[in-house]
Amino acid sequence: MTGLTPLLVDTLFPNGIGHYALGGLLIGLGTAIIYLGTGIIAGASTFLESTLSYVSDLPRFNKAKYVASRNWRVVFTLSIVAGAALYTVTLGDGWWVSDVQPWRFAVGGVLVGIGTRIGKGCTSGHGVCGVGSRSRTSFVNVATFMLVAIGVAQLMSALGVSP
Amino acid sequence: MSDDERGLGFMLVVILGGLIFGFGLALSNMARPEVVLDFLQFEDFGLLFVMGGAAVVTGTVFALAERSKGRAPLTGADYGRRLKSFDKNVVVGGVVFGAGWGLSGICPGAAYASVGVGNYPILIAIGGMFVGAYLQGLWRARRAESTARGTSAD
Repeated sequence: MTGLTPLLVDTLFPNGIGHYALGGLLIGLGTAIIYLGTGIIAGASTFLESTLSYVSDLPRFNKAKYVASRNWRVVFTLSIVAGAALYTVTLGDGWWVSDVQPWRFAVGGVLVGIGTRIGKGCTSGHGVCGVGSRSRTSFVNVATFMLVAIGVAQLMSALGVSP
Repeated sequence: MSDDERGLGFMLVVILGGLIFGFGLALSNMARPEVVLDFLQFEDFGLLFVMGGAAVVTGTVFALAERSKGRAPLTGADYGRRLKSFDKNVVVGGVVFGAGWGLSGICPGAAYASVGVGNYPILIAIGGMFVGAYLQGLWRARRAESTARGTSAD
């Protein structure tokens, strides 16, 4: 009895679970506050399309719902940046820069941009809000992107791409 | 309701929610692509608690709000469920999104938060997301046009 459980926990969660769970609760709380105040389920990826309406005449980006929400979506995104900065300078351990290779950010970013718009949402819209709403559409989307992401990440690792 | 009709209270709630959302993303380390990649490579399953913790809170609050049959004070919108319709795009989009997430370890919300932790290379990924969203919009506009002209190819 003794030993096995802590060993398993150490293997699965080498960095503990406290900050993960607490961070997750706050992510949910931020979403919940906006929902209770405004009735809006705020996903993070619609910002991409609604912001494009400032610079593109394509009717696709200038649908009424995007133009009507583009200002507060910019405010929402800047607040996310500020919230993360606030953590970094208070409880965090300083500014941090990733070592992941830039081409992975470039190619991955384009695919994420295309994918969220085809699939009507991302990790926050489907993963947090949709799953929270017990939406079958969101469960399917999350299961799909999770499986594919695991496959691609494992493939990269097997090919020796690191980080 | 347009942005112009929305008052200061609306923006303050968006700012407060965004700050807490971003703070949580940084605290959970999900703003670090390496941590996401460690999860996807089965080296650290902590991310399950991030998504799970967040979904428990939204799930509880959404359900209670819906049951209250009340309305949001700042917009008058009712607290009904807003479910997105299902079609094959939900799966196709999930595949493309998953490929990008698995390659880069970054998704939109976490990318914005990543800027806030000082990770300036993430701007490449955010630029890529805009390019991707634009290409997708352009492609759909083209396709809608050709369908409208009745010249869609088999």
